[in-house]
Amino acid sequence: MDAIASVQDEAAASREFPISKQELDRAFDARFPASIAEALRNARVAIAGLGGLGSNIAVMLARSGVGQLFLVDFDTVDTTNLNRQAYGISHLGMPKTQAIRKILADINPYLDIRTEQVRVTEENAAKLFSDWPILCEAFDKPDQKSMLISTVLAQCPATTMVSGNGMAGYAEANGIRTEQRLERLYVCGDQSTDVGNGIGLMAPRVAVCAGHEANTVVRLILRQAGIL
Amino acid sequence: MAKINGETVEADGMTVEAYLESAGFDPARVVVERNLEIVPKSEYAETVILAEDLLEILCFVGGG
Repeated sequence: MDAIASVQDEAAASREFPISKQELDRAFDARFPASIAEALRNARVAIAGLGGLGSNIAVMLARSGVGQLFLVDFDTVDTTNLNRQAYGISHLGMPKTQAIRKILADINPYLDIRTEQVRVTEENAAKLFSDWPILCEAFDKPDQKSMLISTVLAQCPATTMVSGNGMAGYAEANGIRTEQRLERLYVCGDQSTDVGNGIGLMAPRVAVCAGHEANTVVRLILRQAGIL
Repeated sequence: MAKINGETVEADGMTVEAYLESAGFDPARVVVERNLEIVPKSEYAETVILAEDLLEILCFVGGG
């Protein structure tokens, strides 16, 4: 892993950041029981791909207080990303791993965010993700999606996956749903709308799909904690 | 007769690769589970579907 941004010394952190960890804990909606905040804080989630799905999933999980995130993407931020990804003009040309760190640090600098700027392949996928109990598939290309899922489900028996499949265009968002397709695989999306033939990706449906993935992650965390 | 995605299908004796082609699936875009185990893509050509098999075939589209 190329960098770990976890803050060990809370006293030093309080001097470094304008808000203390204790104050930031209050950002978590206090109407939930404390056990839920704790389950999320103790959770470890990996995200493969930091594009339309992955960058938005990362932001939602960070806002939800997921304690440890491992974010992987080889790519840099491009103007064509701005129509649906979490990045801004200030991030153009930056590796996505670096840009997402900045964004997440501005949400909660006390989270443990690990990143690796690398292209995920059949050869390295298991090594990257086998230690992570929950992995979000957030790639763009369908052959990459199927490669990742086939490889990780076969070689990482302790990993449950959440995938995004079918979110292009502007058809009714009600078509996007979450389905448990295999014992360790949840698939979010409308399962059919492909890019091409005059149909591209637009922020609303992509965000709905990312929301489905993030919500499924939260539910998996709470189930693993015995709360759900 | 094997069951594929919950439906009884005439596929006994076919390889996974041959079935995918006959059913119009792109092997590069699918995930195949046979009797609760993932079939690696490298084994599609040599994995034979048997009479009592339960298969799940997931198909992926672009976008993310």
